[in-house]
Amino acid sequence: MSTAVQENRNTVRPPESSEPEKTVVRHWRTAIIFTVLALVTLLVCAISAADDTVVFRLSETRDTIRLGDVALGSRVTGWVLAVVAICMAAVAWTAGSKGRKVPWWCTAVFWAAFVIAMLVWAVSHADSNSLSLPGLLGGSLTLAVPLIFGSMSGLLCERSGVVNIAIEGQLLFGAFSAAVAGSVSHNAWVGLLAAMLGAVLVSLVLAVFSIKYLVNQVIVGVVVNVLVSGLTGFLYSTVLSRSNVGLNAPDHLPDYAVPVLSKIPVIGPVLFDQSVIVYLMYGVVFLIWYCLTRTRWGLRTRAVGEHPKAADTLGVNVNRLRFWNVLVAGAVAGMGGAFFTLVSVSSFNKDMTAGQGYIALAALIFGRWRPFGALFAALLFGFATNLQSVLSLLGTTVPSQFLAMLPYLVTIAAVTGLVGRSRGPAASGVPYVKE
Amino acid sequence: MKLELRSVTKRFGAFTANDSVDLVVEPGTVHCLLGENGAGKSTLMNVIYGLYEPTEGHILLDGQEKRFAGPGEAMRAGIGMVHQHFMLVPVFTVAENVALGAESTRGTSLDLEQTRRRIREISDRYGFRVDPDAVVEDLPVGVQQRVEIIKALVRDAEILILDEPTAVLTPGETDELLAIMAQLRDDGKSLLFISHKLREVCAVSDEITVIRRGKVVGTVAPTAATTELASMMVGHDVNLTVDKEAPQYGDNTFSVRDLSLVSDTGVTVLDGIDLDVRGGEIVAIAGVQGNGQTEFTETVMGLHPKATGRIVLDGEDLLGMTTKKIIDSGVGFVPEDRTVDGLVGAFSIEENLVLNQFDTKQFSAGPSLRRGAIRSNARKKAAAFDIRMNSVSDHVATLSGGNQQKVVVARELSRPLKLLVASQPTRGVDVGSIEFIHERIVAERDAGTPVVIVSTELDEVYALADRIAVFHHGRLMGIVGPDVPREMLGQMMAGATAEELQANAPQPAVQNTTEGEPA
Repeated sequence: MSTAVQENRNTVRPPESSEPEKTVVRHWRTAIIFTVLALVTLLVCAISAADDTVVFRLSETRDTIRLGDVALGSRVTGWVLAVVAICMAAVAWTAGSKGRKVPWWCTAVFWAAFVIAMLVWAVSHADSNSLSLPGLLGGSLTLAVPLIFGSMSGLLCERSGVVNIAIEGQLLFGAFSAAVAGSVSHNAWVGLLAAMLGAVLVSLVLAVFSIKYLVNQVIVGVVVNVLVSGLTGFLYSTVLSRSNVGLNAPDHLPDYAVPVLSKIPVIGPVLFDQSVIVYLMYGVVFLIWYCLTRTRWGLRTRAVGEHPKAADTLGVNVNRLRFWNVLVAGAVAGMGGAFFTLVSVSSFNKDMTAGQGYIALAALIFGRWRPFGALFAALLFGFATNLQSVLSLLGTTVPSQFLAMLPYLVTIAAVTGLVGRSRGPAASGVPYVKE
Repeated sequence: MKLELRSVTKRFGAFTANDSVDLVVEPGTVHCLLGENGAGKSTLMNVIYGLYEPTEGHILLDGQEKRFAGPGEAMRAGIGMVHQHFMLVPVFTVAENVALGAESTRGTSLDLEQTRRRIREISDRYGFRVDPDAVVEDLPVGVQQRVEIIKALVRDAEILILDEPTAVLTPGETDELLAIMAQLRDDGKSLLFISHKLREVCAVSDEITVIRRGKVVGTVAPTAATTELASMMVGHDVNLTVDKEAPQYGDNTFSVRDLSLVSDTGVTVLDGIDLDVRGGEIVAIAGVQGNGQTEFTETVMGLHPKATGRIVLDGEDLLGMTTKKIIDSGVGFVPEDRTVDGLVGAFSIEENLVLNQFDTKQFSAGPSLRRGAIRSNARKKAAAFDIRMNSVSDHVATLSGGNQQKVVVARELSRPLKLLVASQPTRGVDVGSIEFIHERIVAERDAGTPVVIVSTELDEVYALADRIAVFHHGRLMGIVGPDVPREMLGQMMAGATAEELQANAPQPAVQNTTEGEPA
């Protein structure tokens, strides 16, 4: 695998022939990364670890079925996991030398070992050595919700060939609309609907300029974000903050515990005792996956994102399909925006989305433009964010500035292709002009 | 179904691409539209297929006038098209590509099974051997083309338009395609076949319409002599060969030893190439596009630093040098796609003429350019190379293909060379300019420079070559003389080595199939 995504002209074009002969190309990158991180684990979590006991709580006091706590000796755990990580690095080296891909289980086991080792180490260095696992995971899911909606919005646009940098603006305007409409109507559902409509409005700007007037899609997206940020910021400081009670105090969307399922230990409360918007999110991801892979709309959308001219010669109206998809994407992002003001905080704040739209875009790329891929990528980012706040609550000795960097470090690592180069829709960002 | 065009005119602004064209395609026949590049063939096809709307004139199907707002409507009326650049989504399977736009559904979901069944039916009927679940980008070009034909047939096309279908095929694949076309014709379909290759046209057509500069020049029977067709196409008598003397060899040599290159994805694109070119001779590299020729020229120019082997020019190893040093050491390069690699479209003609020499003393003083010198250079070159334009300060993109190519050739030949590498030197160029460019290349050879030509057009290979090297899958299949029969060259392009063929030569294994089927 090459080190960077190069321009087409400098890469070697394979011959357009029946059976290209493959030469063994050895990939050392994964093996090198694994080795370095395994050595870090060995050094930090094993050799220089303090001998403490770390307690992971598997159940909260209110749970019906309660599991006992898991107590681990930090140094012993560190040693065991470091050895596991080193073994996985060795597997990666073996695979690399044979020109094979690193097997998925190796990657999974490695990262699990690395993350758990770091977690044990961080908790052992905190003031409190006891961590609630459902709390950590549930919080991760909650934080990932706007990212997931955002990346689904990006996915709908990019799979049909429009780059959506405006996710940030869609989220922010969704949050704003939800706050205002929810406050005025005293109904959170009206707020949710308003959020979707507000974000569709943002999408409309993106669609009109990028599809109809062929303005560079990235530039339109950035301009839209700045516009939304300025507009909502202005309205917030001139209108909302003065009449705080009237316009910026929406009701919350209700929580709902699914009967039976929410009683499952550990994952029950994490997945099935959540705000209704989380269930909405499950539905949206599944629906997008189903439609994209199994329906006529999905086939056409993918075709238009890969080779619009081919779709056009078969009678598909490229720009109309793109236009509608961008609008629907707005509605999806709007739900994510509603999360900010109807679920996580109870009022709108200036620039409260704080770059989540861009992280959602990163999740989309990391997830290789696939619904479930983007879902898991967003969950990972949510985990990194939540880990940071949980650790600082525990009073860890790691500087808080460093912890605050964590989600962004994960983002950069993901986007630069830690997981291998991913291929996006070929026509993404290219306006379609009929000759 | 009978297709009839009555005085169809298509204008783009002031430019008339088709000027009152009349054409009749009878059912169950193959009708060929013959014309040069830029004669307006593709425009006419796009008009028939509903991609363009005709400015004037009528399209009739079985005597009824039709107007198509888009390809969808043309398709429903029974017109199918196989585009020159395949309209296939590379990451889709064959079935997905065929289904697109005419999907059958069961409830809310796609019913690809029905499409697969139709593909198998058609595939069995015409012997296409296409797997509905193969991913298109993994298929060879010839099979991709059959997928395009299936796409049209699934939609019940009665009229099939094939736009330059043989441009990307090996001679063997071309024969298969011509056989398929004959089969479709016998099934009662009407075929409109667009080409500028005379031999294929004569082999398969029932009728030939020649167009030149957007106008119909005449309709002839396929028994007409190729020279007659050629002069109809071009408008004057053409010399299909290039006059050149026997080569006068010099001592200088360009030699390539064991040159190999593996792509980033692990595909071997060049495999142990050994090639010697002496001063004063032209070696033409023949082969179907995408068999390593592009990478070979790019490697010579220093664009693939990972290549292994040796590229020696007058005792100096070029491999490992930067492109700049290679150019400065006297290598002239005409890239295969002038719009991508040869010219900067938004730069003026005069600027494009000094792209590789702007930093020499002649054209720059310190950090600034010597505009006057650049301009007078451009005027001189334009006169010497017959570049037709309004002003040297116009954007080079405003020139016609032939004149653009002359700008590239003028730039590359305007300094003393030790080696000339020209890739597809006359692609998309009018016949007049072809003759001119060929003469200049031969003149460079006669001045004692080793010349390497890469061409996928066999006519060009034969016209220029002193020796012919054939590439297949990144390997050199052999080097043969300019008097080698076309069929043997075709077999080498399909993967037979020169030695194998010579060993089999006594038996009549080498068959002429292309011309063996008078219509």
